[in-house]
Amino acid sequence: MRAPSGRDIAAGEALLAVENVSLAFGGVKAISDVSFDIRRGEIRAIIGPNGAGKTSLLNVINGFYQPQRGRITFKGRPRSAMRPYEAALGGIARTFQNVALFKGMTALDNIMAGRALKMRRGFFWQLLWIGPALAEEIEQRRRVEEIIDFLKIQHVRKIQVGKLPYGLQKRVELGRALAMEPDLLLLDEPMAGMNLEEKEDMSRFILDVNAYYGTTIALIEHDMGVVMDLSDRVLVLDHGVKIADGVPAEVQSNQAVIDAYLGLSH
Amino acid sequence: MLYREVGQFKTSYGADQAIFPIAQDRWFVFALIAFAFLAVPLFAGQYLYTEVLIPVLILSIAAIGLNILTGYCGQLSLGSGGFMAVGAYAAYNLALRLPQTNIILVFLFAGFMAMLVGILFGLPSLRIKGFYLAVATLAAQFFLEWAFARVKWFTNYAPSGSVAVGRIELFGITIDTPAKIYIFVLAMTVVLALGAKNLVRGRMGRMWMAMRDMDIAAEIIGIRPLHAKLSAFAVSSFYIGVAGALWGFLRLGSWEPLAFDVNRSFQVLFMIIIGGLGSILGSFLGASFIVLLPIFLNQLPTWLGIAMSTATISHIEFMLFGAIIVLFLIAEPHGLARLWAIAKEKLRLWPFPY
Amino acid sequence: MLGPVLETLIGGLMTGVLYSLVALGFVLIFKASGVFNFAQGAMVLFAALSFARLSEAMPLVLAFALSVLIMIALAYAIEFLVLRRLVNQEGIILFMATLGIAYFLEGFGQSIWGSDIYKIGLGLPTNPIFILESVFPGGLLIDPAELIAAIICAVMVLVLAVFFQVTRIGRALRAVADDHQAAQSVGIPLNHIWLMVWAVSGLVALVAGMMWGAKLGVQFSLSLIALKALPVLILGGFTSIPGAIVGGLIIGAGEKLAEVLLAPVLIRTFDLAGGGIENWFAYVLALVFLLVRPQGLFGERIIERV
Repeated sequence: MRAPSGRDIAAGEALLAVENVSLAFGGVKAISDVSFDIRRGEIRAIIGPNGAGKTSLLNVINGFYQPQRGRITFKGRPRSAMRPYEAALGGIARTFQNVALFKGMTALDNIMAGRALKMRRGFFWQLLWIGPALAEEIEQRRRVEEIIDFLKIQHVRKIQVGKLPYGLQKRVELGRALAMEPDLLLLDEPMAGMNLEEKEDMSRFILDVNAYYGTTIALIEHDMGVVMDLSDRVLVLDHGVKIADGVPAEVQSNQAVIDAYLGLSH
Repeated sequence: MLYREVGQFKTSYGADQAIFPIAQDRWFVFALIAFAFLAVPLFAGQYLYTEVLIPVLILSIAAIGLNILTGYCGQLSLGSGGFMAVGAYAAYNLALRLPQTNIILVFLFAGFMAMLVGILFGLPSLRIKGFYLAVATLAAQFFLEWAFARVKWFTNYAPSGSVAVGRIELFGITIDTPAKIYIFVLAMTVVLALGAKNLVRGRMGRMWMAMRDMDIAAEIIGIRPLHAKLSAFAVSSFYIGVAGALWGFLRLGSWEPLAFDVNRSFQVLFMIIIGGLGSILGSFLGASFIVLLPIFLNQLPTWLGIAMSTATISHIEFMLFGAIIVLFLIAEPHGLARLWAIAKEKLRLWPFPY
Repeated sequence: MLGPVLETLIGGLMTGVLYSLVALGFVLIFKASGVFNFAQGAMVLFAALSFARLSEAMPLVLAFALSVLIMIALAYAIEFLVLRRLVNQEGIILFMATLGIAYFLEGFGQSIWGSDIYKIGLGLPTNPIFILESVFPGGLLIDPAELIAAIICAVMVLVLAVFFQVTRIGRALRAVADDHQAAQSVGIPLNHIWLMVWAVSGLVALVAGMMWGAKLGVQFSLSLIALKALPVLILGGFTSIPGAIVGGLIIGAGEKLAEVLLAPVLIRTFDLAGGGIENWFAYVLALVFLLVRPQGLFGERIIERV
C-alpha cells in the first residue's frame, strides 16, 4: 500500500491548523477559542475530563459540526464550512467513540466501503459486472486484503460485524478508516472498554499505522498510560478551553492539568 | 452430502466475489433458469401462465426495485404503486404516440420516466428519514394516482378513464399467447435480476447499505448522501416503473389508475418483508408467496367442500396477510430468504449437526 | 364571495377537528412507546364498526360501554401478541408490524361485523345553525353535530394533556418513550405502560370513529380517511399533542379551501377531468412543509451526536 502523501507538507510541518475555533449549541459553549496544530507524521493526543469538548473538536475537524468562529487550515489551505464527505475527500478519516460500523454488512464489506472514494467505475459497468468494474472490484479487494492482514482479522472477514465482539469491531472500524488511505486519521477513544491485552494490541496497531503508512494521527484517549506512551504531543482541554499543549512529560507536570483532573474549582 | 464445498478452493479474489461462489449454487441457478425457459412451456397451461407465473415474475421485478430502496438503502417507501403507474402510463403514451417504437424501448422508457419521478419524490429523503419519508412517499402515491385519473392527456382523453394497449410486437413476432408473454417476461426478469444482483454486491450496493446501517458514518467515509440516496431512488423507481409497464401491457391489457392504488404499494412492501429485506432472492420468494396465497385461499373452500362468499375470502386474506407479516417480523425479520439460507447451512453440514 | 369561503373554512376546521382526534391516537402511542402506529386508522374503523353494529341491538350507552371493553381487549391482544415480542426492535420493524396489524384488523373487523355501510345515530341535533346573519346575507351555516364533535375533541385533548404532564403514569409514559431499556431499568413496567397507552388510544379511536361514522356512515374507506392523520402529524410534529390539534385544523381547512379555490384553477390550466385534489393536498402540503421545517410545528429540533 502506498503511503498517502500530505501533498506539499513536509514531515514535521503543520498538516492541520486550528485557529481560535469556537462552537456553541444554543447557549452552551462546547469549544471556546481553541487553537492548536497537528504536524505531519506525528501522533497527537487530545485529552481532558468528560465534557471537555474533545469529541466536538473532532467533529469540527471532520466537518460534522460547523464552528461559529475561527479558521481551520488543512494542507495549507484555509477551509470554509464543509460537509463530512468533503473532509473525507480531502483525506480525513475517523473512528468513533461508540463503534459506528455498518452492522448489517460483513467485515470485508465494511472495509471495502471505506474504499468507496477510490472507486470510479461507472454505473453501467457495475450493472454488467464485467470489464473495468470487475477489475476495479478485484484490485480494491486486493488492497483491502492487505489491511485485513495487517490488522489480523482474516478469520472474521465474512462475518456480519454486528455479531463480532467489541474489540474486533473496533479493529474493523480502524480498518475501514485505513482503507481510505487518509492523510489525517482521527481516533475517538480507540481503546474505550477494552481489556489490557486488547489495549496493547490496539496501541501496537496505532504505532504501526503511523510508522508504516506515515499516517498522521490525532487520538482522544482516557488511559493516561497509553497517551503518554503513544503520543508525540498532547493537547489538554477542559470545559471547552485549551489548558495545556506540549510533549507528554510537560503536560504531565502542568498544574492546570492536574487541577482539572482532580476536579479543583476554577 | 451433495451440497458440499469441500475441495472448491478459490484462488482469486474474482472467484471469491462471484455471485454464487459455491459450485452447487451456481449449477442450481443455471438449471432453474434452463428449466424455466425450456421445460415449463412443455407443460404449463393458460391458468398457470396468466394467474401464477406471469404475475410472480412481474411483481418480482417490482419487489427487487423496492428492495433496493428499502431493503438495501433503508429508505421506506409506500409509493411503489404510484411509480408502477408512472411506468405503465409512460409506456402507454409512448406506444400510442410513436407506434413504431420497439417494445423493449417502450419498457425502458417506462423505467426511465419512473426514474425521473422517483428522483423528484426522493429529494425529500435528503432532509427527512424513517416515518417522515414514508409519509412523503404516500404523498407521491396519492398525487400520482390522482394525476393519472384526472389529467386527460395521460389517458388520451378516453372518456372512461381506462386505457388499453394494442398489439405488442417484438422483431416481427406478435406477443399474444400466454406462453410468449411468459417467455418475454421471464427474459426481462432474468436480465433485470442479474443487473440488480451485480449492483448490490458492488460499490453501489455497499454505498446503499452503508447509508442504511449508519448514515453518519457513511458520510464520514466519503459517501455523499445525495448520491447514495438519489441513486437508490433512481434505480429502484426504474425497476418499479418497468414492472408497472409490464403489468399494464402484459398482465392487464387495459387498466385504470385503481390498478396501481395504495394497496399495490402495500402488496409490494409485504413481498419484501416476507421474502426478506436486502435480498434479491427474497424478492422472488416474497412475490411468489403473495401471489400464491390468495390463489390457495380461493381454492380452499372448494377443496374443503364449504361455501364461502368472495367477500369473506377477501377478508380472510387481509387477516392472513396481516398475521403473516407480524409473524415474520417477530420470528424471522429477514424473511424467507433467511430461512432458505439457514436450510442451506444445515444441508452443508448434513448429516452432522454442526 | 367571502361568505362561501368562510363557510368552507369553518366546514374544513370542523373536519380538521376529526383529523386531530385520529392524529391524537397516533401521538399518544408514539409519545409513549416510540411506535409509529399505522394501524390507528384501522383501529378507528374497527371501533366504529363495533359501535355501529352493537348500537343496532342495544341502547347507545351499553353499546359504548361494550365498545370500550372491546378496544381494551384489543389493546391487550396487541400488547400480548405483538409488542411484547418486539421490544427493543428498530422503529422501522415496529412500524411494519403495525402495518400488519392494520391489515389484520381491517379483515377481522369486516369478517365479524360485516362490510356494508352502517349508520351511527348518536341523536345529535341535525338542524343547521346560522350565525353572523347580520354580517353576511343568509348567515354562515354550521353543522351542530360537528360543533359537538369539536367540543368533545377539545375536552379530550385537555384531559390527555393534563394526564401526560401531571400524573405519575404520564411521567412513566414519557420515560418509556425516551428509552425502553433505561425505563425498564428504573423499574417502570413496560408492558403495563404499553397496554395502557394502546387502550387509551383505542378509546380515542372509538370516539373518532363514532364522530366520523355519524358524519359519513361506517364503511371501509374510513381507514383510508384516517390515514390523513399522517400529514397532520408531520405538520404538528410526532410528539406534540397541541401539534396534532393545530395540524388537524390546518389540514382540514387547507384541503377544503384548496378544493374550492385551487381546484378550479388547476382544472382550467391543465384540462383535468374534475378536481378531487383533497385526495393528495394534505400529503403534498405536509411534504412541502417538511422541507422547510423537518421537525414539525411543535416538534423539538434534535442535535445529532456521534
